[in-house]
Amino acid sequence: MRIELQQRQAPSAVARLLAPVLALAAAFLLGGIVVAAMGRSPLAALDVYVLQPLSDPWALQEMVVKATPLVLIAIGLSFCFRANLWNIGAEGQFIVGAICGSTVALATHGTDAGAWVLPVMLALGTLGGIAWASVPAFLRARFGVSEILTSLMLVYVAELILDYLVRGPWRDPKGFNFPQSVTFDDAATLPFLADGGRLHIGVLMAVVAVVVAFVVMGHTIFGYRLRVTGEAPRAARFSGFSERRTTFIVFAISGGLAGLAGIVEVAGQIGQLKPSISPGYGFTAIIVAFLGRLNPFGILLAGLVMALTFIGGEAAQITLRLPFDLTRTFQGILLFCVLAADALVTYRVRLVRGAPAQAAGRAA
Amino acid sequence: MTIVEAILLTVVTASTPLLIAALGELVTERSGVLNLGVEGMMAMGAACGFAGAILFDSTLAGVLCGILAGVATSALFAFIVLGLAANQVASGLALTILGLGLSGLIGAPFIGARRDPVAHLNIPGLTDLPLVGRLFFGQDAFVYASLLLCLGVGWFLFRTRKGLLLRAVGENQASAHSLGLPVLRVRLLAILFGGACAGLAGAYLSLVYTRFWSPGMTSGRGWIAVALVVFAAWRPGWAFFGAYLFGAATVLQLHAQAAAIGIPAQALSALPYVATIVALVVLSLGRRRDTGAPGSLGMPFVPDR
Repeated sequence: MRIELQQRQAPSAVARLLAPVLALAAAFLLGGIVVAAMGRSPLAALDVYVLQPLSDPWALQEMVVKATPLVLIAIGLSFCFRANLWNIGAEGQFIVGAICGSTVALATHGTDAGAWVLPVMLALGTLGGIAWASVPAFLRARFGVSEILTSLMLVYVAELILDYLVRGPWRDPKGFNFPQSVTFDDAATLPFLADGGRLHIGVLMAVVAVVVAFVVMGHTIFGYRLRVTGEAPRAARFSGFSERRTTFIVFAISGGLAGLAGIVEVAGQIGQLKPSISPGYGFTAIIVAFLGRLNPFGILLAGLVMALTFIGGEAAQITLRLPFDLTRTFQGILLFCVLAADALVTYRVRLVRGAPAQAAGRAA
Repeated sequence: MTIVEAILLTVVTASTPLLIAALGELVTERSGVLNLGVEGMMAMGAACGFAGAILFDSTLAGVLCGILAGVATSALFAFIVLGLAANQVASGLALTILGLGLSGLIGAPFIGARRDPVAHLNIPGLTDLPLVGRLFFGQDAFVYASLLLCLGVGWFLFRTRKGLLLRAVGENQASAHSLGLPVLRVRLLAILFGGACAGLAGAYLSLVYTRFWSPGMTSGRGWIAVALVVFAAWRPGWAFFGAYLFGAATVLQLHAQAAAIGIPAQALSALPYVATIVALVVLSLGRRRDTGAPGSLGMPFVPDR
């Protein structure tokens, strides 16, 4: 028995829209099996993971707040992935963005610095992310070194730098020796959209990023160029699109957005630097980008779905004492399902009995 | 035992899992498949290997469980990238995320448990030699197995017909297919071999290197193994050299941390990762045109009909 693939002439639009939904359904089913294998009730898990957060207004706001970094990062990654470049170190760019942006918050701590603090923080965070992402971009463009490996290695380096800073020079002297910085002043904290709510203005930035990405990808020469580079690199070279320039630009976009996400998370959600400021947003955003089929609006929806797994995962940890690794397991299963569903869109898949056809034999 | 001897012995222990995992990935990549899920498969090998060793109270059973876990997870990867021709980079990432998560679920009940040290070779006379005795004649079975594996992979790839077949499939999948070679079957076996090696490497980490299990204990070793394959220009001999170089760097960095020489511990911990990047750059300088990468590496293959 073997699988035979046949390229579809024109993948239907309906199938393309349904594929992520199908993938989600399959992932929930498989996730339920994992929960059952742990000797727990899948229905109870479904309730805590999905139904409760969706029926609680406070949790819904939390979901939007958690989706914000995911969407920002994934939008950037979609530019890379479309050009067939693999920035998988967004987690590192996120952390460096948070560090760079925080320098201003810490330097102005306790002073009555004015409204300039936040914009400068956001700008520095973005620049920090760009700088961290331009290392793999440069090494790839100049030396041909795999951007996959270098961007990933830099995640570990970024984590260690943050760890050093919050345990060493940036530790709050009045913090009872906890490895954390001082709590940011109000001037260095993102304002809320509405009083008493949870949504900060970072949420708006994510929405703006989605709209801008939609326009850039669908309606500019640059967006067209990206698609050509990704889908037909030879054609792109012949038409004079510089591969190096594309590499730098898409890494700058994704690094910048990841850095922005980092400082938004610190200034909007956490309010200080700690050794761990991300539950793996940079990696989860890769899944978000694929689940959203690299489409900006798809990414917006996918970001909300993945945010739900984080919130549900936290709730399940508390109420059902299910470990957080279950969330990671589910995310991995989901990415597999998304990739499998994509194959169903591209190919007609058939199960065939018997030995594989020998090309040479048939040619004779 | 002198301090030099102690350091050399730990270098061997630190290098062995890197070597085993890198050899597996090397064979997989030689067949044209880029499996970035080594980190995930290693994590599964570490968790399942440790769980198996505790449950059956046997290191051998643990090792088999680790290998099986690696094979099982790599089979999932094979189904996606061979059966459904999915993107290999994305599928490898999925495997890493899944492996790290699932290993956390499997290993959690065993946190706090410890294993006894495994048996080491002891040849009276030889093992007692000063300096080199323990180094060459007093290692555990994994170390000797990893060296045999290195020789075996080299012999298989470059001295056997089947090895030639595997390299042909990786070098040019279209030609190999039109010659009637079973491209997908060769790749399936290569992926499973890579999974077995990654699982074994993971089991070595939890059963020998630390002798306990903790979440995230692979800490990027799987990724370093992937980098080692590039570093080694897809040659087993160079993989040996690279693995020991990185093992040595890791151990020296640990000793430097213990000696508290005034450099922040985090800077030293970052050393293996920075070294990986530097090594990749330096090597690319040496061979600008031909990196040694198999021609069809990373490309999905769908037989035409």
